[in-house]
Amino acid sequence: MANSDLRAAVAAGVIGAEEAHRALLQSIVETARGIFSARASSIFLLDEKTDELVFEAVSGEGEEHLVGMRIPSGTGIAGWVVSTRQPLVIDDLQNDPRHARRVAERTGYVPNSLMAVPLLNEDRSLGVLQVLDRRKSRFSLQQMELLGLFANQAAIGLDLLQRARRAKQAVEGGDGDLGAVARVAEALDALSEERKDAGLRLLRALEEVLGPEPQM
Amino acid sequence: MAEPQPVEPEQEEEEEEEEEEEEEDEGLPAWSLPADAIDRIAMPFQWPDRVTREWALESSTGKGARVCVLDSGIQAGHPLVGELQGAWAVSVDADGQASVEEDTEGDLCGHGTACAGIIRSLAPECELYSVRVLGAGYTGSGKVLLAGLRWAIEEGFDLINMSLSTTKRDFASVLHDLADSAYFKRTVLVASAHNMPVESYPWKFSSVISVGSHELDEGEKFFYNPDPPVEFFARGVDINVAWLGGSTLRCTGNSFATPHMTGICALILAKHPELTPFQLKSVLYLTAWNVGGADG
Repeated sequence: MANSDLRAAVAAGVIGAEEAHRALLQSIVETARGIFSARASSIFLLDEKTDELVFEAVSGEGEEHLVGMRIPSGTGIAGWVVSTRQPLVIDDLQNDPRHARRVAERTGYVPNSLMAVPLLNEDRSLGVLQVLDRRKSRFSLQQMELLGLFANQAAIGLDLLQRARRAKQAVEGGDGDLGAVARVAEALDALSEERKDAGLRLLRALEEVLGPEPQM
Repeated sequence: MAEPQPVEPEQEEEEEEEEEEEEEDEGLPAWSLPADAIDRIAMPFQWPDRVTREWALESSTGKGARVCVLDSGIQAGHPLVGELQGAWAVSVDADGQASVEEDTEGDLCGHGTACAGIIRSLAPECELYSVRVLGAGYTGSGKVLLAGLRWAIEEGFDLINMSLSTTKRDFASVLHDLADSAYFKRTVLVASAHNMPVESYPWKFSSVISVGSHELDEGEKFFYNPDPPVEFFARGVDINVAWLGGSTLRCTGNSFATPHMTGICALILAKHPELTPFQLKSVLYLTAWNVGGADG
């Protein structure tokens, strides 16, 4: 695990990161939906272990039942977007009856228009942001730029969420040694001021012992 | 394809002598130009005083140009696509071994069919080939892309349409080498630019033709960008494209601007098959609408 994850693990031991980041993603899909006057908006997270896309946040149509649903990462338009890193806007989707049927079976809702943009963080493709059935009919490049800006924000949120999850796993004992460090941080944080000072003095002494030899 | 330029009889004799010399020099790389070899590198065709659109592509149908679409596959027989001259699917096994087999499944998404239809709309008689590198899932898609591109370059297509990109730094140097080798083997890569704040490839390599979108309705219009890295803008907004099941959809994105540029390149290369990628880029520059193309 990277150092940044270790720091996150320590932080996650004392704050409820998951909930806060979920709220951030939810706010992104709600804002995207509002800006484009759309019927729905959603964020897919790529689960690389199972090679699936998971509905992580949904606003509008499907909000109640889609979160947590999984689809194979190779199928359909979201699959194309996550693999190619290219944003895509499609109208008249219902002209493709096979696509419409497949989507309907999966989600119970067939959009007629779709905007899909990859969520990219550094060199990783994290997932896809979708906006379904926007009100305005003709799409402009300006809207595409706006969608890209949103996607960038969503990608940062998704990256934080993934870090928080890895950290949580570590804290909960999935990662033996690291879990111990995080539990110490958590215990320290829960102490009274006086005892916390004593604890911190002890840790600083430990840091000195474990740290590099001072340069002569 | 255009007929090669007739060669004057006098030149023929000279060339025979030079061929003998060349045989003696065989194996030596052409990294320098001795004074007596200057005639040997005379242009194989007449470059006009002014490169116009008329010279570049008028009356061309794309016939003879071999165009490969590296994407999700192509649905053959779609009314806007017609028949394909070949289709393959690329896969990579658990050990990382790539294999290329004849594709019997067609298009798994619709996007490749859309690209093929756009290329055909501009260059109706070009040869179209599909190499499917997408649709089998995210995991391994980068390796499949590299394997598919390597294979397509070895096949010697004139043009490879790449409406896709990767952000994986691990693949960047291999992709760069492949793009350069394509450039020197006269295979032109046409790649979608990214309008997002991330490092992605291969569109940023100078050996490829990179394409962004303009908002006009005319598919044959394209613009040179004097502020790279995106080199050209082609039609990319609200395009009626071929999709699965014989359907059509309206689409927007740089991934649809790219096949417009590929189609235009197919027209030029069909008429002037002797052009190197460098020369093709020069012709594109000179015939771009904001350079000289608007004058015909």
